[in-house]
Amino acid sequence: MTVKALASGEVTKKILHQENVFVLDVRNERDFKDWKIEGASITHHNVPYFELLDGVEDLLPILPNDQEVLVVCAKEGSSVMVADMLSEAGRDVAYLKGGMKAWSEHLEPVKIGNVTGGGELYQFVRMGKGCLSYMLLSQGEAALFDATRIIDVYIDFAQQKKATITHVFDTHLHADHISGGRAIAEKVNATYHLPPKDATDVLFNYEPLVEGQTYTIGSTTIAIQPLYSPGHTLGSTSFIIENTYLLSGDILFIDSIGRPDLAGKAEDWVGDLRETLYERYKALAPSLIVLPAHFMIMEEMNEDGSIQKPLGQLFKENHGLQVENELTFRQMVTNHLPPQPNAYQDIRETNMGKQQPDEEQQRTMEIGPNRCAVR
Amino acid sequence: MKADLVLNAKGLACPMPIVKTKKAIHTLEPGQVLEVQATDQGAKNDLTAWCKSTGNELVDFTNQGDVLVFWIKKS
Repeated sequence: MTVKALASGEVTKKILHQENVFVLDVRNERDFKDWKIEGASITHHNVPYFELLDGVEDLLPILPNDQEVLVVCAKEGSSVMVADMLSEAGRDVAYLKGGMKAWSEHLEPVKIGNVTGGGELYQFVRMGKGCLSYMLLSQGEAALFDATRIIDVYIDFAQQKKATITHVFDTHLHADHISGGRAIAEKVNATYHLPPKDATDVLFNYEPLVEGQTYTIGSTTIAIQPLYSPGHTLGSTSFIIENTYLLSGDILFIDSIGRPDLAGKAEDWVGDLRETLYERYKALAPSLIVLPAHFMIMEEMNEDGSIQKPLGQLFKENHGLQVENELTFRQMVTNHLPPQPNAYQDIRETNMGKQQPDEEQQRTMEIGPNRCAVR
Repeated sequence: MKADLVLNAKGLACPMPIVKTKKAIHTLEPGQVLEVQATDQGAKNDLTAWCKSTGNELVDFTNQGDVLVFWIKKS
């Protein structure tokens, strides 16, 4: 029987098309529990490859015949071995090309909408990690927001669209993933913008983001208006694009709100978070489409694969925006902080330019789920 | 720690470090110790989990630069 290699992009499309896939995850139990391929149409079974060295017979009865069986491991090697064994036992199976390592680095571009003058806004969905980044294209120029370290994807995408990346923005100093912002800006000679209050310790040059300033992308003027919105970090800044889109960074997600403790200041910053969400955001137009920098659960994803919702709807539905009493809000936020992301201190220092990990070390630092929200 | 057998699994990618460890353990008597040297960082979680599932005892572990060294006592 045949063994097929499926790339992360193909698996992503199956999830977006709600195609049933049976994931046979052969990593050890701990890694599987920490993070895995998720989706409404995904069923999992976890059995470590080292328990299958003597044979896969026990496994055969539980593998479905009516859907794709995808063998998954950390870096591909073990899944190929198990897939070959299953194939010899008479089953058609696939394995995930590049394993969870490749899965964690796959970015799927999803179009969000058009902007004035033939421009477009794209959301880059990092399925394996829940990171969302954005590219705004207009008249041969492009701006990037919260770019991940997989920088070639953006550079290639801009090239396909015949656009030059001129501005690179980070809404805040990230603690859950390594920013690609500085690397891209250096490579394509663009300007890298950071909120100055998050950048007091950075060891490189950047352009400070100032509230109320506008930027122009392309020959059509597109106002990218930064809005100072502290709470996740002291410097957290949101962007309003053309009075239509609100890039909320890690302040407001679709089903949750940002956590205020990743730079170590939960008690101090919960007040800022409250003010940003319940006063600053409340004063904005409810028709603004919220585009966050993360998603946590697959339920936050729309049918077209995008993660977006009008601000007015979030004020009705997002549980983090329903807490009238300030003290209750404080307690909810500070008492329900999830475990901090793996290696978040190392990630912050890398994003400040204080550590220079090689690619393999960067991968290891980013392994695991992101935990930027309070639910 | 003194080992009865040393397995060099350096440079080998998953699943080979465990495949070779399993074979090497077979050649030992209960109570004897196998030293495994590996460079695949995934070996740390995997060998720990493998010991747990097979009942062999992971007596010690060190990280010597890029090389992970495990001492496993056969059950």
